Amino acid sequence: MKILPFFVIIPLGTAFLISLLGKKIKSLGDILANLGTLILLALSLYSIRLVDAHKILVYKVGGWIPPIGICMVLDGLSSFMLVTVNLVSFLVALYSISYMEKYTGKYKFYTLFMLMLAGMNGIIISGDLFNLFVFLEIASISSYALVAFGTEAEELEASFKYAVMGSVASGFILLGIALLYSYTSTLNMADISLVLSEKGSSLLVSFIAVLFLMGFGLKAALVPFHAWLADAHPSAPASISAMLSGVLIKVLGVYAIMRLFFNVIGISNTILSILMFLGAISMLAGVILALAQWDFKRLLAYHSISQIGYIVLGIGLGTPLGILGGLFHLFNHSIFKSLLFLNSGAVDYSLGTRDLREMGGLKERMPVTANTNLIASMSIAGIPPFNGFWSKLIIILACLQANRFGYALCAIVGSILTLASFMKVQKYAFFGKLNERWKDVKEVPLAMRLSMIILAMICIIGGILLLPIFRPFLQSAVDVLLLGKGYAGIVFGAIQ
Amino acid sequence: MSEYILCLILFCIGLYCVLRKRNIIKIVIGLGIIEYAVNLFFVLIGYRMHGRAPILAKDQQILNMVDPIPQALVLTSIVIGLAVTALIVAIAIRLYEKYGTFDITKINRLKG
Repeated sequence: MKILPFFVIIPLGTAFLISLLGKKIKSLGDILANLGTLILLALSLYSIRLVDAHKILVYKVGGWIPPIGICMVLDGLSSFMLVTVNLVSFLVALYSISYMEKYTGKYKFYTLFMLMLAGMNGIIISGDLFNLFVFLEIASISSYALVAFGTEAEELEASFKYAVMGSVASGFILLGIALLYSYTSTLNMADISLVLSEKGSSLLVSFIAVLFLMGFGLKAALVPFHAWLADAHPSAPASISAMLSGVLIKVLGVYAIMRLFFNVIGISNTILSILMFLGAISMLAGVILALAQWDFKRLLAYHSISQIGYIVLGIGLGTPLGILGGLFHLFNHSIFKSLLFLNSGAVDYSLGTRDLREMGGLKERMPVTANTNLIASMSIAGIPPFNGFWSKLIIILACLQANRFGYALCAIVGSILTLASFMKVQKYAFFGKLNERWKDVKEVPLAMRLSMIILAMICIIGGILLLPIFRPFLQSAVDVLLLGKGYAGIVFGAIQ
Repeated sequence: MSEYILCLILFCIGLYCVLRKRNIIKIVIGLGIIEYAVNLFFVLIGYRMHGRAPILAKDQQILNMVDPIPQALVLTSIVIGLAVTALIVAIAIRLYEKYGTFDITKINRLKG
């Protein structure tokens, strides 16, 4: 019952300690960040058992009873997202020990990293709409700073674009929250849901839904709002690219959309069809833009847009199978996309370039990077038996089951184009003849290898999450979304 | 009603400024206008005609008070806005050092 606030306290506390003492004690950042994320991972794994036993946990901040006081809510969906976020962040922290050596001010990096993590965990467990906004801003501001971390010309430019777009999105979200507060006179998400059911729908609620869709859609980089992502994600240090593409866009964008539209505002067929349409467009546009890229990280960033499209399409179908596919793909994508970005970082670390045309035959010199990259490429392209195959298969089956043949076709075409694009990566970077320039490159240090290998293992065995033993992990998250506005009743039931 | 519409117009002015202006400092100012418009709107929601502050004291009866929650929220929102503005201005200064210009159309090394 009392573990809920620790998801925010631990990263905030470590960020504070690192910023205070990190300059004097050199290794403090490495130790505290890794220890903190490891504890968070353990806590989030433990939260699965809690959710299994209690269904839902509500923590009343300061002892005030909701809806007057602020509350934190842990249910199946939160627990699922917490595991995803903290798993990736632990492995990224492990990777950063060696990778971030080439930057100065490593302790500042860890401070911002932990602040971003605090923001993301806060969004996931917040049961209060304004708190969600505050945590969203904490995560966003630290990510703007992290994108500019190298302070080279390109990085600053990308960060400026990202910060401007992100702030406009935050403006839309805050306007939506203000309107929703004026309509319902409450900020507690469960209470808003109750009041909205009593008052019935009106034009104002539709307007609020559009504002939220714009704001969170921009944070999730759905296609009409995607322009910042391809600049911002490649410019960050590789470990941060992995965090941004792997979990940040999903928590800030997709999770918030899911929670607000399914559980708070209430889902309607119009919103579902908008989500499906945006998903399908993102899926195709992202992958087509990715095909022409020669910069390794930029190519990966465009694939993030495309894969977010798959997730949103799956969730937008609104059927149990579709939501299962979407959520499973969310988990899988966070694993293999972080792995791919860590691979690109490893190549950058050893070679100092990200241009695919300058690489070649790296398989001989960097076997671990090459093999883990092969696994991740096959996962993202959807080749059995890797995890990406299962989630894409479920999404396509769900499209067929819902009689959406056009969307199923889009998903298949997107998958084929993804395969083509990653064959290009493999051919130019890792296979073929070794480029003379790279005769003496070495494999990356142990911590980086270890984190890539663990992620690759999860890619291989990820499909087992569908087996009956592990099924409750995904199913409890799906149940929360299927519950829709019944969420309010369950939250208030848990308070008494 | 008219004050809400004025807020919305202010919001749109800010949005126009962000979208159309080429000078990055003006873009930052535009962001500030957007943020103020939203804050103002939030405060107005909680306002009641001739209302007073909701502080309960002895032998006093409060008949008409303003809603305190939006005021508390707007304070938080102003602090967040300060952080964003400070960060973006810092980035703008570094951009000027690297590119030697404030013109956003000349800051275009990232393409594709």
